[in-house]
Amino acid sequence: MSDREPLFSSKNIKLLTNPLNVDNPITVQVLGICSALAITVKLEPSIVMAISVIVVLSVSNVVISALRKMIPPRIRIIVQLTVIATMVILVDQVLKAFAYDVSKQLSVFVGLIITNCIIMGRLEAFAMSNSPWTAFLDGIGNSIGYGVILIIVGFFRELLGSGEIFGYPVFEKIGIYNIGYENNGFMILPPMALIIIGVIIWVQRSRTKELIEES
Amino acid sequence: MKSFSNTYIFVFSTIMVVIVAALLSTAAMVLQPLQERNIKIQKKRNILSSIRIENNAKNAEELYDKYISNSFVINAETEEQESFNAFEIEMGLQMKKSPEQRSLPVFISSLDDGTKKYIVPVHGKGLWGPIYGFVALNDDFITLYGAVFNHDDETPGLGAEIDTDWFGAQFADKKIFNKNMKFISIDLVKGGADPESLNEVDAISGGTLTSDGLEKMLYDCLSSYQTYFKNQMKNNK
Repeated sequence: MSDREPLFSSKNIKLLTNPLNVDNPITVQVLGICSALAITVKLEPSIVMAISVIVVLSVSNVVISALRKMIPPRIRIIVQLTVIATMVILVDQVLKAFAYDVSKQLSVFVGLIITNCIIMGRLEAFAMSNSPWTAFLDGIGNSIGYGVILIIVGFFRELLGSGEIFGYPVFEKIGIYNIGYENNGFMILPPMALIIIGVIIWVQRSRTKELIEES
Repeated sequence: MKSFSNTYIFVFSTIMVVIVAALLSTAAMVLQPLQERNIKIQKKRNILSSIRIENNAKNAEELYDKYISNSFVINAETEEQESFNAFEIEMGLQMKKSPEQRSLPVFISSLDDGTKKYIVPVHGKGLWGPIYGFVALNDDFITLYGAVFNHDDETPGLGAEIDTDWFGAQFADKKIFNKNMKFISIDLVKGGADPESLNEVDAISGGTLTSDGLEKMLYDCLSSYQTYFKNQMKNNK
């Protein structure tokens, strides 16, 4: 490379920050919704899921990007899937060894990270044609963009649905039940996750000029 | 775009698969002891939950030692088999054998109020994989005290609901023998169980196959203990 750019050039910083806002995988590209609905009933599994996706996406992005010139295009999708599946199985094994309860709660959804469109999409669209470092930043950026939404949704669903944060009964301690508040059981159900994501999209669109479509 | 020969593609995929296989098997071997320990703790937690004792991953072993006063293994003729450790027995393997050859574990618990509960494991097939659990009986050997069920990969939100508290709680005070002392097991009823009924509980909506599997599991497993339960009832009199 003749014109080496600095590690954190403004272009690279954009790779990190764009997915958090104008290019968010969930709220703008509307990918990875399935898992966002399923595991956000409580905050803890949301965070574990977010961390798992960060690990899987950033590592697979780097691996695929490092191998990109060696991967025969005809079997590239299979190679990408193999790398993703390997990472997911590793994450699953580690969770079973060190966070058994959470791994039981996440159940099949850890395995389903393999089919998360965000990961496949980033490998195919970005890692196959960029250097490992930028692919790493892109992976971190996109998975954090995904994780942040998961955590926001998980926070509201656990707080309003069970009146707890991390299993700590917040609402009971501040005595909100005494004035007639009741937990909203609807928050526990998957449709409510969709509605919360909808609200996030609405708030984000109304505040970000780039996302407002001309009518 | 650079083109690759078929030989290259084959060599590339072979190397990739070998590396991946080596990586995964190493990880599986290194993490296995930790995972097995977690599974053991989970089993103890399930046994404790079946006798309605609140527990968590940290205090499960301590509570288990406190409340489970005795455990032994019986065969179909209800003779005790001393060479077995009840905790180590895999109910799944036993249920594959013919009824005469099964080694059946029984756990006895003494609760704080002085009553004794008899806990037996159950194991069967759900929709996608194994389902299993523990059923606790009162010392009349007719009434259930509690039950807890677990699964490996039932559908979340549908069949997977069998591991929720509300589902297990339904089994308390249900009877597995009728007035004539005939073994009737527990029925899972779709569309709502009759609250007056002594052996009906609600099935899971949307989880019909899992519910059917669970009903069959209860029948199969508890019926292998029938002779033992009946002998104990006679001894009680």
